[in-house]
Amino acid sequence: MSFRGFLPRERFDTLFSILHKIGAQCIGPTVKEGAITYAHLSSSAQFPHKVTDQQEPGSYRLTPTTDARWFAWANGPQALKPLVFAPEEILWRSERNATGTIAFTTDAAQMPLTAVIGVRACDLAALALQDQHFLHPQGQDASYASRRRQLILIAVNCTHPSASCFCHATGDGPEVDQDYDLLLDELDHGFAVRCSGATGEQIVQQLSLEPLQPSQLNEIDNANRHAAEQQTRHLPATDLEQVLNTLQESGRWQDIAERCLSCGNCTSVCPSCFCHSQHDVPAADGITSTHVRQWDSCFTQGHSYIHGLVIRNETRFRYRQWLTHKFAGWIRQYGRSGCVGCGRCITWCPVGIDVTEELQGLTEEYNNA
Amino acid sequence: MHDSQIPHEAVVISRTQESRSIFSIGLQFTDEELNKQYRFQPGQFNMLYVFGIGEVPISIVSDPQGSDEFIHTIRTVGRVTQILEQLQPGDRLGIRGPFGRGWPLQTLQHRDILVVTGGLGCAPSVSIINYIMLRREQFGRLAIVQGVKHSEDLIWHDHYQQWMQQPDTQVLLAADVATHGWPWHIGLVTELLPQVELDISQAATMLCGPEMMMHATAQMLLESKAKADQIWLSMERNMQCAVGLCGHCQFGPDFVCRDGPVFNYADVQHRLSRRGL
Repeated sequence: MSFRGFLPRERFDTLFSILHKIGAQCIGPTVKEGAITYAHLSSSAQFPHKVTDQQEPGSYRLTPTTDARWFAWANGPQALKPLVFAPEEILWRSERNATGTIAFTTDAAQMPLTAVIGVRACDLAALALQDQHFLHPQGQDASYASRRRQLILIAVNCTHPSASCFCHATGDGPEVDQDYDLLLDELDHGFAVRCSGATGEQIVQQLSLEPLQPSQLNEIDNANRHAAEQQTRHLPATDLEQVLNTLQESGRWQDIAERCLSCGNCTSVCPSCFCHSQHDVPAADGITSTHVRQWDSCFTQGHSYIHGLVIRNETRFRYRQWLTHKFAGWIRQYGRSGCVGCGRCITWCPVGIDVTEELQGLTEEYNNA
Repeated sequence: MHDSQIPHEAVVISRTQESRSIFSIGLQFTDEELNKQYRFQPGQFNMLYVFGIGEVPISIVSDPQGSDEFIHTIRTVGRVTQILEQLQPGDRLGIRGPFGRGWPLQTLQHRDILVVTGGLGCAPSVSIINYIMLRREQFGRLAIVQGVKHSEDLIWHDHYQQWMQQPDTQVLLAADVATHGWPWHIGLVTELLPQVELDISQAATMLCGPEMMMHATAQMLLESKAKADQIWLSMERNMQCAVGLCGHCQFGPDFVCRDGPVFNYADVQHRLSRRGL
């Protein structure tokens, strides 16, 4: 989509007003507990100011910067996942009356129209992956679908990839090219604005944008190119599905298992991981019970439990499951790898296991075999 | 369209104690309309919900064109099955289903069929055997090979006795450990395969039981010139949503609840014996 104009920084909050006027709540990045997190916002004053993120395997730190831009950072631990695939929610309720009959009811998931400001290319790519899973033609998830319809996606191109990022290698970023309502490029004094679809058009109409200068377009071009070039992590240029399926009995899984804590942090921060467990929570009244689903991780014991037996009873099997599913299983299931290169699993791993390094090691083992 | 993630109320119509730890319950939906619409295939499963406790996936053992009730044969192993065991006629529970891919019925017509089962109360095998028995003229020879750990585990003695009397039907039984007076084979179920009186190279085979047993059986059948894509097997994994969303039942790239539980051996043979998959 082509550029529609320039939104000066001092008028940014008109975007909040327009979104409120169309009935949308606004969610955006803010600094909380030492990280960039997504929260309900009412003005740009709550955006991160003069901070950037330093990420490396097993480490995330916010540090001061002289850069006055609001989006001078890569990402935080969350993506869009918690908004559409709720960390915990009630699937249905059951009620047993005095005669023993059981009635089942469900509350349709209710989320107001929700505009998310500051969405990255990796987040949009991951959302598209989750859409494929939860909106599957053979079994669409009703609550995911209802929340998904409520999203207004206001993307901001990422110009400050972290040392963990490799979206350039997965082909998912850093420049946004799909599935947004508004797309912003941040410049010193404001934002270049693009839009797509009816909602985006409706918002742009009300923003009273100023014309963009050719020099600004050049600057945007350079910044986006530079963002890609800055990324230092890569994926091996090989058929990873073949490598992983061939090396299921590699000794490297045990080597990883000796470092991996099987804590599941990687699966929590991964924007495409979809596993969830279900359990019943009976009320003390003995009459009602709720059936709850909750994010689960393939790193837990219970994930592969089957009548008295844990199938993946060792950490090496769990890491192998995670990595093989992400980079091979997804291709068979949904036509592409389940990794969007956001780097979160590297940063938030307490022992700093780096998927790109492990995949490189496996590829070398495969090539030398 | 009803959300297949939400159960419907069902009522226990009948109950049979099959052995000390195995029982069968016959069920009906309380919604008459639903009973009329309900269709399933042998090899498919339902999610059974016990109020306040949770759900468990159980294969449907009764005939798809049978009586008004559908039957589940259940072994008591966990929290949910312990409560299911206590249910009596008239008691209510929740049912979602049927789910998954069943046995390849169309492919089996007019062919010789071998059913090899390891372990007790293997409902997926019984469902296909019963299906064939009720339509005997639509199939060729049938060989039933059943192994159990201990001779006392064997249930459905009368079924086996009855099947042994049927024309063109061979029944072979084995127990790893047997008490005095066990008239059949003592040893592994695979040791019975050479006795099977079928042209293995032309027959279709259904397997159900522990993965290592199915793997070993398939290997032996391949040596007898069976075709890998003419062997089917019923897989088990942790199943919670039953609609391919929760991720627990993944077996390689397959969701057992949606892509299985019945798989063609050719599609899974390289994964079947792998530990921790």
